[in-house]
Amino acid sequence: MIIGLDMGGTNIDGVIVEKGKIIKTIKKPTNRENLFNSIWTALKELLSGYDNTKIERINLSTTVSTNAIVENKLSPVGMIIQPGPGLPYDFLACGDENVFISGYIDHRGEIIKDFNLFEIENAIKLFKEKNIKAYAVVTKFSIRNPSIEIKIKEILENEIPNSFVTMGHTISGKLNFPRRVYTSYLNSAVHSIFNEFLNNIKKSLEKEGINAPVFILKADGGTMNISTAEKKPVETILSGPAASLMGINAMLPTNEDAILLDIGGTTTDIFFLADGVPLFEPWGIRIGKYKTLIRAIYSVSIGLGGDSSICVRNGRIKIGPQREGVPYAFGGPKPTPTDAMITLELIDENAFRLTHDNVKKAYEAMTLLGRELNLSAKDMAKLILSTMGDIIKNKVDELLHEINSRPVYTVKELLYGKKIKPKLINIIGGPSKVLAPVLEEKFNLPCYYPKNYSVANAIGAALARPTTEITMFVDTSKKTLSVPELGLYEKISGNYTLDKAKEKALELVKKSALSLGASIEEIEAEIVEESSFNMVRGFYTIGKNMRIKAQVKPGLIQ
Amino acid sequence: MIKAKNRLGIVFFPAFDWAISPTHPEREERLLYTQDQIFEEGIEDIEGVKFYNPIIAEEKDINRVHFVVPDVKSVVTQSHLISAGGAIKALQAVMEKEVDKAFALVRPPGHHAQRVVYGDRGFCIINVEAVMLERIRQEYGNLRVAIVDTDCHHGDGTQDIYWNDKDTLFISLHQDGRTLYPGTGFIEEFGGPAAYGYNINIPLPPGTGEEGFLYVLDNVVIPILEEYKPDIIINSAGQDNHYTDPLTNMNFTAQGYAKLNERLNPDVAVLEGGYSIEGALPYVNLGIILAMAGIDYSRVREPDYDEEKLKQPKDITEYIKKLSEIVYNRWKNKDDLRLKEFKDVNYVKRPRRVYYDTDGILETQVQNFKICNKCSGVNTIESKSDRGYHIFAITIPRDACPNCIDEGYKLYKNASSHYTNVYLQDRVNDEYYSK
Ligand SMILES: [Zn+2]
Ligand SMILES: [Zn+2]
Repeated sequence: MIIGLDMGGTNIDGVIVEKGKIIKTIKKPTNRENLFNSIWTALKELLSGYDNTKIERINLSTTVSTNAIVENKLSPVGMIIQPGPGLPYDFLACGDENVFISGYIDHRGEIIKDFNLFEIENAIKLFKEKNIKAYAVVTKFSIRNPSIEIKIKEILENEIPNSFVTMGHTISGKLNFPRRVYTSYLNSAVHSIFNEFLNNIKKSLEKEGINAPVFILKADGGTMNISTAEKKPVETILSGPAASLMGINAMLPTNEDAILLDIGGTTTDIFFLADGVPLFEPWGIRIGKYKTLIRAIYSVSIGLGGDSSICVRNGRIKIGPQREGVPYAFGGPKPTPTDAMITLELIDENAFRLTHDNVKKAYEAMTLLGRELNLSAKDMAKLILSTMGDIIKNKVDELLHEINSRPVYTVKELLYGKKIKPKLINIIGGPSKVLAPVLEEKFNLPCYYPKNYSVANAIGAALARPTTEITMFVDTSKKTLSVPELGLYEKISGNYTLDKAKEKALELVKKSALSLGASIEEIEAEIVEESSFNMVRGFYTIGKNMRIKAQVKPGLIQ
Repeated sequence: MIKAKNRLGIVFFPAFDWAISPTHPEREERLLYTQDQIFEEGIEDIEGVKFYNPIIAEEKDINRVHFVVPDVKSVVTQSHLISAGGAIKALQAVMEKEVDKAFALVRPPGHHAQRVVYGDRGFCIINVEAVMLERIRQEYGNLRVAIVDTDCHHGDGTQDIYWNDKDTLFISLHQDGRTLYPGTGFIEEFGGPAAYGYNINIPLPPGTGEEGFLYVLDNVVIPILEEYKPDIIINSAGQDNHYTDPLTNMNFTAQGYAKLNERLNPDVAVLEGGYSIEGALPYVNLGIILAMAGIDYSRVREPDYDEEKLKQPKDITEYIKKLSEIVYNRWKNKDDLRLKEFKDVNYVKRPRRVYYDTDGILETQVQNFKICNKCSGVNTIESKSDRGYHIFAITIPRDACPNCIDEGYKLYKNASSHYTNVYLQDRVNDEYYSK
């Protein structure tokens, strides 16, 4: 059996899945002051009555790193940044101490000017003075040549015992120096708090005699094993929406272009599928003020849900983006979409244990609001649901336009590139049943919702598989092959071919997935990008410049 | 994160799957390292910088500017339509006020493409800036426009297209035609009878550096622009004046290009040439992007930059000072010069030979401009190529008077049957015919 746990802001959801069937679910409140305790209590309750030794794996989506960042409970970080020529760099000072060093590497990975040891020694002095224990070392173009980052890391570790150092090139193979700086910073900043949490989990599992491997959910809808998470805790941020998406996909599988909606009390999360595969953020996810290089499922959250407060302004109704309490029907301060649904008798009275008084109050909310627009309570309620549909439709259209006009770089892509044209909508969340017909009409697309939506996120977490991505860069004139994510930099022959490179990339990405805890039969590796350029200098072709991206994409355990 | 002072639109379209030939300077690899630099610097994340995909220019957009022989479909590829479409998209974003300025980093380039097009010359088939500008004029009305060409090669195509159009001031700074392709661009090439003085060439000596370019900008280009008062300034931003460019002999730098762009302050810049793809383009393009966005570019430097080595020799400085004075005085005296040049004539003939270096075609042509006191005057081109074409092309200009419109249509109707192709460009009604 597989255990899935999703720690959200309010609740922890848990499921046990056995042979493709959900055999137990739980929902417990999250105690933000003690996340470990919350999850441990939930896990214990979930497992009570079941044989611990039958557990195949435990998949866990946590908000530990996310909360630490959002609530600014971060460890102090000493940054060593080599900005080289280019943009101004003062905006990169995200650490508690930031030392900008001289020297630089160019776009081909040539060290144009080496770093100055004296500057590193001064940085170390400063970090020691301030008692900083976590560091990040990032150089511009380090993914093309990591040697400066590696040397500085070695110096730091030699001079300061028990230090934790994130090197920029290990974060991602993508080119984006500012994001590399921020992501490396965050990784070091959450390292201590996340590892404390992990250690607690490990200890407790040991105490309970549970030997099953533990996987942690990432923002890309995949998982990684504990030993990887220890080094890259930042990858665990914002895994919640990814869990929901994977849950929707598990319950409503499709191979089409689709719109996925998770409509909750306060917000609606919007996702897209292209031929059934979740769409990613082009560079990486944003958390707070930080744009990162963390691979993540594209998700946009809007302030619209069953409990959004509603008012009428200048003859128009406004829904959200705030939630000011429970719906009016349950004693809340403002009318909400839930009140509209109750008024229209669209909510199962038994399931919600609605009292006569609740219904009366909902009706009253609609009557009061309707008065401002000269509408009956029922018409007002209908208008509210229709307006919700419009808000979602407008946002989805805007996002689709943005997505379909993402920059492309080849004639072929511009002329024939994939455009997302949704064929259906899959929704989860409280109001899905009520909103499905509304959205069907607005979008003119079929709308589906699962019965058991309330633990979709935990199911998503339970069934997520290890995912990974690598970026390969081959320069046959310099006779080098590199994969920054794996720390691989090796010599190749001058006649290395694209086919060879692709074969190697697939082999490496599979290996990488194995090291994340994937089992060999579940790995579906693929090449997602490939290009090969003739490098011509003067009148001679001096070599080939190849760029390859390979991935194990998010998928579900069968 | 950094915020741009000016909202900047960038159309970055490197056409990674298109080349003239595998080892040609205009090949897939050309903007690869520029892309690396733009990505690594995180330009896409700068607040106020927006990236656009090109649109695809239509056949009519090409016919508005060129007489393509035998027709657009047989000569112009999708890549050319996209390159022009990229420029159109850039200027549209400015016109729609989505951005304050825009930079079209597109390829292939266009400034050697003239009115008649038999094939590829100087790596260009269609004039990207002209196709862009005429489409925008069609959409937004007649605009007074200055095109400042800072490519190292003379912008002979753009000169040809706007030769007789005084609503389009063309200024080209380039390496002296006696020392570099295409061998034109002398001071005396001063415009057609309706626009004499509105075609300004500034041929610079080999070895011109930052000092020289900026001197010409400050003492010739900017004063002329201040007097001309254009609605829009377009910069044909070729980058082959760079000291590392393999095809030219100048000593310009990334810093210089950024400074030039900042002072010129164009509404839209369009990439032209520039073939030092590793050592120059990543840095020059970054410099231009930052300058246009109003972000500090003082830290943009080439790896092998050496201020001492790149210092401009004194004799060059002196030469450029004198040259600037001559050019500026000619601009000041353009009305007198026009009267002298076109005294007592009704038609002005302009015979030329045009060599298409990339495709190896030789063309001989005679342009014939009518001097009309009500408009710029209907004008024609009779042209022969060594590929067997003998064409006759008529242009009714945007400001044509009724007489000139009638005359244009009559010329088209009555064109001799010994021509292989006859074309009519009716710019007043935006109609294009060929037979
Ligand atoms: Zn050029
Ligand atoms: Zn006339």
